[in-house]
Amino acid sequence: MRDEAVRALRRGVAVLVLAGLLLAPWAVDDYTVALLARTLALGLVGVSVALLTGVAGLPTLGQTAPYAAGAYASAVVGSRLSDVGVVHLAVAAAAGAALAAATVPLVVAARGVIVLMITLAVGELAVTVVGRWRSVTGGTDGLAGVPPVRPLWGLPVLATDRARYLYALVVVAVLVGAVLLILRTRVGLLLRAGRDDEARLRASGHRVAAHVAAAHVAAGAVAGAAGSLLVVAQQFVSPADFGFDTSALLLLGVVVGGVASVGGALVGTAVVIAARDWLFGVLPGHAPLVLGVAFVVTVYLLPGDAHRPPGVRGRLLPGRPPRPADPAAERPSPTGARA
Amino acid sequence: MAVDIRIDPYLVPALDGVAYGLLVFVAAAGLVLCFGVAGILNLAHGTLYAIGGYTAAALMDGGWPSLLLALAVGVVAATAAGALVAGLLTRVAARSHLTQALLTFGLALVGGSLLVAAFGPDDPPVRVPAALDGSVAVAGHRYAAYRLVFIVVAAVLAGLLHLAVRRTRAGMLVRAAVDDAEMVAVLGVNPAWIRVGVLAVAGALAGAAGVLGAPIIGPGPDTADGVLLLSLVVVVLGGLGSMTGTLLAALAVGQIQTLGVALAPSAAPFLLFAAMAAVLAVRARGLATARRAS
Amino acid sequence: MTPLLSAHGVTVRYGSLAALDGVDLRIDHGQRHALIGPNGAGKSTLLDVLGGATPAGGGRVCLAGRDVTRLGPAARARRGIGRIHQRPAVFSTLTATQNVVVAALPHALRPGRWRPGARRSAAERTAGAWLERVGLDDLGGIPAGQLAHGQRRQLEIAMALAGRPRLLLLDEPAAGLSAVEVGRLVEFLRALPRAVAVLLVEHRLDLVYALCDQVTVLRDGRTVATGTPAEIRASDRVRQAYAEGVS
Repeated sequence: MRDEAVRALRRGVAVLVLAGLLLAPWAVDDYTVALLARTLALGLVGVSVALLTGVAGLPTLGQTAPYAAGAYASAVVGSRLSDVGVVHLAVAAAAGAALAAATVPLVVAARGVIVLMITLAVGELAVTVVGRWRSVTGGTDGLAGVPPVRPLWGLPVLATDRARYLYALVVVAVLVGAVLLILRTRVGLLLRAGRDDEARLRASGHRVAAHVAAAHVAAGAVAGAAGSLLVVAQQFVSPADFGFDTSALLLLGVVVGGVASVGGALVGTAVVIAARDWLFGVLPGHAPLVLGVAFVVTVYLLPGDAHRPPGVRGRLLPGRPPRPADPAAERPSPTGARA
Repeated sequence: MAVDIRIDPYLVPALDGVAYGLLVFVAAAGLVLCFGVAGILNLAHGTLYAIGGYTAAALMDGGWPSLLLALAVGVVAATAAGALVAGLLTRVAARSHLTQALLTFGLALVGGSLLVAAFGPDDPPVRVPAALDGSVAVAGHRYAAYRLVFIVVAAVLAGLLHLAVRRTRAGMLVRAAVDDAEMVAVLGVNPAWIRVGVLAVAGALAGAAGVLGAPIIGPGPDTADGVLLLSLVVVVLGGLGSMTGTLLAALAVGQIQTLGVALAPSAAPFLLFAAMAAVLAVRARGLATARRAS
Repeated sequence: MTPLLSAHGVTVRYGSLAALDGVDLRIDHGQRHALIGPNGAGKSTLLDVLGGATPAGGGRVCLAGRDVTRLGPAARARRGIGRIHQRPAVFSTLTATQNVVVAALPHALRPGRWRPGARRSAAERTAGAWLERVGLDDLGGIPAGQLAHGQRRQLEIAMALAGRPRLLLLDEPAAGLSAVEVGRLVEFLRALPRAVAVLLVEHRLDLVYALCDQVTVLRDGRTVATGTPAEIRASDRVRQAYAEGVS
C-alpha cells in the first residue's frame, strides 16, 4: 500500500517538476533561472549515478570526480581555446570518461558495499587532487571569468541567464533521451542481467568486466558533460562545487527519485536542490542542519524498498541468499583480508 | 608550537609522518571495526573525531588536569554520539548500505552544523599543556615535544587495541565476525546490541584521537570531512578488516602526507591518489589472476 | 578419438582440506556421463572447475584437445561449455524471453555483416524456439523472478542450450522437482541431440541409470570407479564407498 502511494507520489511530482522546468524561464526571475540551470547540471550527474547504481547494479558515491573533471576541462577550454558549447560538451565528456576509465581498475574487482567506500574515497581524493593542482585548476580559488558560450558555431553567444538555462535544458533532454533509448536496447538488457546475476551472465559467455568498464566510462562521460553545464551556468568553477555535501545531495536526490530510475534521478535531484535552496532562504545559516535532518527523515519516510537498489552485484545483496554454486567466482568474503 | 628544525630536512617530516600515521590509525580503527564487524558504513565517523577535537579546544587550558578532563569528556561525548548513530540505524532497514550511507551522511551534516553553530566557523585554537608546549632535543635534532609524547601514547593505544583484539573474548568475536559477518547472527547475539557496541567503541576511539590529536589535526568546519576521507583511504588500503593492514596503511599515509610532501612538493597532491590507485590496481589484478578471468 | 573433455589430476584445496585430489575424468563427444558419490565427495566442486568458476590448484582441463585450464567461465562458455546450477540461476528482473535472448547473444554475434536489428531479432527468434522446446513459450513475458522453481529450472536449461553448448554441465537438475516434472526432465534430456554431451551430477541413481552411458564415482575428492551403469552397479568398491559415506 505504501509502495503504491510512493510510486503515485513520485509520478505526480515528476510531472510537476518537468512542467516547472519547461515553464521556468518565463515564470521566475533571473537569479532563480540561474539556480535552476545549476540544478539541471547536478540532476544530470544524478542520472549518471542512477545509471550505475540502479540499472547496472554498481553502487557508487564517487561520481563527483568525473563531474569535476568535466567542469574543469570545460572551464580551461572555455578560457583559452574555444567558446563553442558543443566543443565544451565533447571535451568535458571525454575528461569525465577518461577519469572513469582510469579509476575502473580500482573498482572492477570489488563488489557490493566495499565499492561504496572505494568510490567515495577515490572520488573525493580525485576532487582533492583537482583542488590542489594550482597551475591548471587555480587551486582552491578555482577558475573564474569563463566567457559565455555559444551553442554552435555561428550561433550567438548565450548572454542571458534565460538563454543559458534553455541551453542546459536542451542538452539535458538530449542526453537523458539518448541514455533512455540506449537502455532499451541489448545494452540495457545486459546491464540489468549483470545486476541480477553476474555469475550467470559470465556462464553464458559474456565478458562481464567489459560491461562494467563500459558502464563506468559512459556514466563518467555523462557526469563530465554535466560539469560543462555547470560552468556554462555559473561561469566559474571551484573545489567547493564538488565536496562531500555534493556527494550527499546526489545520493539523496537519486534515492528520492527512485534508485533504478534514470528519469527519476533527474527529478529527485531537482526536488532536493529546490528544497535545500528554499530552506537556505527560510532558515539562513542553519541550512546544513535542516538538510541533515531532511536526510534522516527521508530515510524513515521512504519504505524499505525505495532506497534499496533492485540489485547490488556480489554477495552483499540484502535479503538474497548467497549463491552456493559459485563460491569462488565472487569475492571470498565481504570484508576482505584476514587480520 | 615551537619547532626548531635543524640540518636534516627529512627526519622531522618523517617523525611527523609517524605521529600523523598513528593518529590516523587510531581514528580509522573505529571505521574498520564498524565495517568489519557490523558491516556498517558510518559516514558520520569524521564527525565523531571532530567532537573530540572541539572538546579539546573548549576544555584544554594549558594544564594537565584540563587535558585529562578533555579526554574524558571527549571520549564520553563521542561514544554517546556513536551509540546514537547506532540507535538511529536500528530503526531503519539497516541492511541496505545505500540507506546507511544516506542516514550517516545526514547525521554528519547535522553534527557538523551543530558544532559550527556552537563554536563558530573558524578553527578554534587548542592549548597544549605548558610542559609539552616546546621542543625537545632528539638525537641532535629538535622536535615538538607534544608530538613525541603523542607518538608514544598512540603507540601504546595501538598496542592495547592489538591485545584487545587478539587476547580477549570480545576481540575473538570481532575477528570471527570480520572473517564471516554472517556468523555473528548465527551466534545468537542480538545484532542491535552489536551495532551499539561497535559504534560506541568506534566513537570512543575517534573521540580519543580527536582530543589527543587536536594539536596535529585540529578541529574546524572541514575536519570531519578530512578525517573521514583519510579514514576511508586507510581502511580501503589496509584490506578492509585487518587491523595490522590498517596500521601499515595508516603509517604509509602519514608518511605520504608529510615526508612525501617534503620530498616532492610539486607532486604532493597526487601522491595519495597515486598510492591508492597503485595499491587498488595491484589488488585488483591479484584477484583477477586468482579468478583467471577470461 | 580425442575425447570432448579430459581432466587430469585436478586438485582443489581450501587450506589443508583437499576438495578434489588428483581427479581424472574423460567425457567423449555426445556421451551421457554421470558423476555420483556420497555428500562432500567433491562433485559440485568438480563441476565448478570444469565450468571455470573455480580455478584448479593443480591439474589440467582440456576441451576438444585444447587446454582450457586458465580460462574463466565466460571463455569456456564461448567454447561450448554450458552450465546448470543447483539453484536455478536466472535474471530475475528480466522476462523469460529476455533471459534466453541474453544467453543466446554471444552466439548470435557471428562475424560477418553488422546488422544490429537483424541480429537482435535472430536472438529473439532463437529465444522463442528454445522456450517452446522447454515448454515455457506461454510464459515468455513473465519476469523470471516470478516463475516457480520448476519453471526456473526449465528456463535455465533453455538458456544453457541457447548457448549452443558441446558439453552441458548439470548440477542436480532434478532437485526440488515434482514427480511429473522429473519425468518431463528425463524425457527432455533423452531427446537432446547427440551433438551435446552431458555431465550430470545427481543423487537419484534411478535417473542416472536411466539416462547415462558412463558413470564416474567420486569419494573424498578422488575417483573411485568409472564405467557403464551395469559395471558400477555391480562394483563392490562403489558399494563400499557409499556405505562409508553419507548418501
